[in-house]
Amino acid sequence: MDLVKLQDVCRQVRRDIIIMTNKAGAGHPGGSLSIVETLVSLYFDVMQGIDPKNDKNPDRDRFVLSKGHAAPALYGTLCERGYFGREEFDGFRQLHGILQGHPDVKKCPGVDASTGSLGQGISIAVGMALGAKHTGSKAHVYTIIGDGESDEGMVWEASMAAAHYKLDNLTVILDHNGMQIDGTNDQVMSLGDVKAKFAAFGYDIIEVADGNDLQQVLDALHAPACPGKPRMILLHTLKGKGVSFMEGQVGWHGKAPNDEQAAQALKELEG
Amino acid sequence: MEKKSIRVAYGESLVKLGAENEKVVVLDADLAQATMTKDFKAAYPNRFYDCGIAEANMVDMAAGMSTMGLIPFCSTFAVFAGRSYDQIRNGVCYPQFNVKFGFSHAGITLGEDGGSHQAIEDLALMRVLPGMTVFVPSDANECEQCVRAAAEINGPVYIRTARLPSPVYDPRPFEVGKGTVIRDGKDCVIFTCGIMLEHTLEAVEILKGAGLDPALVSFHTLKPFDKQLACEYAAKCGRVFTVEEHSIIGGLGDAVADAICGTGSFTFKKIGINDLFGQSGKPAALLKEYGLTGPQIAETILRA
Repeated sequence: MDLVKLQDVCRQVRRDIIIMTNKAGAGHPGGSLSIVETLVSLYFDVMQGIDPKNDKNPDRDRFVLSKGHAAPALYGTLCERGYFGREEFDGFRQLHGILQGHPDVKKCPGVDASTGSLGQGISIAVGMALGAKHTGSKAHVYTIIGDGESDEGMVWEASMAAAHYKLDNLTVILDHNGMQIDGTNDQVMSLGDVKAKFAAFGYDIIEVADGNDLQQVLDALHAPACPGKPRMILLHTLKGKGVSFMEGQVGWHGKAPNDEQAAQALKELEG
Repeated sequence: MEKKSIRVAYGESLVKLGAENEKVVVLDADLAQATMTKDFKAAYPNRFYDCGIAEANMVDMAAGMSTMGLIPFCSTFAVFAGRSYDQIRNGVCYPQFNVKFGFSHAGITLGEDGGSHQAIEDLALMRVLPGMTVFVPSDANECEQCVRAAAEINGPVYIRTARLPSPVYDPRPFEVGKGTVIRDGKDCVIFTCGIMLEHTLEAVEILKGAGLDPALVSFHTLKPFDKQLACEYAAKCGRVFTVEEHSIIGGLGDAVADAICGTGSFTFKKIGINDLFGQSGKPAALLKEYGLTGPQIAETILRA
């Protein structure tokens, strides 16, 4: 798909995030807005064999949103890709809704793993990639982890296993927006030289200076795999990207826009 | 009587299952020599995955592998069910993924390693998870039946195994979720599970000697639980005792209590680990320390 069309999908997904969180009066807009370019690139350009009407293809690529609280971004992307209709947005975080507060594999079409308990998604993705190798599936497995999530020891356990099993069919995307609930990464728990740390764990790392620049993200995702090594794409992103008053603001991690704020955000996100 | 440890039977059963079902893969967290998955590793090296000393990651890796159509069996010590509990809950049970847990060295008869390694809470942790099937085989034959049944079930299954050799009884008919009447009786009923079958059988002989006619029922499945059989024998005998190598909170005793509550008036006592941690010692000495030998069980019943 050409860049202009993809950018239009990104804009629409950002609108979806605002609409969902506003309607629910809850959710995580900040960390959803920072990964929109990545999700749209994956679902509209990069992932092979995916089909909203058929998830039985053993060779289809898989995606795990390890930072599960960014569910609105995933739901917006899946909806735009045709996995379900926009009417489901009304049920986001509501009783009997398919769009649970965090992704639920049993309820939401297109979701490959239930996530939300941080650190687990990357480990599940490692298992999927290992399972794909074991079964001879051509599936490539993608997962997005957060930088705050990387406080979890499990992220490092999973990374060690990914390198040990030489999972070159795995791409871990680190959404490095520098912020988590209680403040910046450095205020809460310093990650230090996160690139050097993940490199030492055995990843082939591609660093993306602007993780909200669609072309840069696409280039990184399309880069050929490094045989015998798992891939990490280290995305420097802006939390709240695309909504002026949310950009770079820790306070918009887990707060929904009220009607007035949503109206302003949607105005900024008009085509 | 032939003796075999249930964990040894677990290892052998996995090898047999592996021969019949190529979807079965085995994961271990650097304890294959102890959980006995080493047998599977030797038989099918390409279907065995060591996960290092990282139980949490092992469980979620198994979750991911199950989504690719495999049937992963994860093994480590039962005490590490706690360590990987969030993964068992959210990574496997919440999505109802097809992952099996064969956790060994459960209970105080783990012995010398001490209380830090003696799981007295694993059955409580597993029973409370929606959709989890919980097996506690009482001997080697039942262990093989549980392993085979686990592979047939589409969803999470926990199998609790023990370290020490225990008697191997004649094979009994096996149905998931059904209790087994070991001895019919009318004066009291002992409900038990796992390796305590050996010790309750000893208690039964003592009770018979004291002029009682006790019933003995063993449950290889704690969840789903055979409430009907529990209620039937509680009603018939009136005096109800549960015996388990587990905390009296959350295990077999509570499963029985849940089943019979509101169905009549009974004398009821849970015999197990009385809300305590274990400690180092020889297994036999530990059973005695915690009141779980045959004579002690009989004495507790006679006094109740």
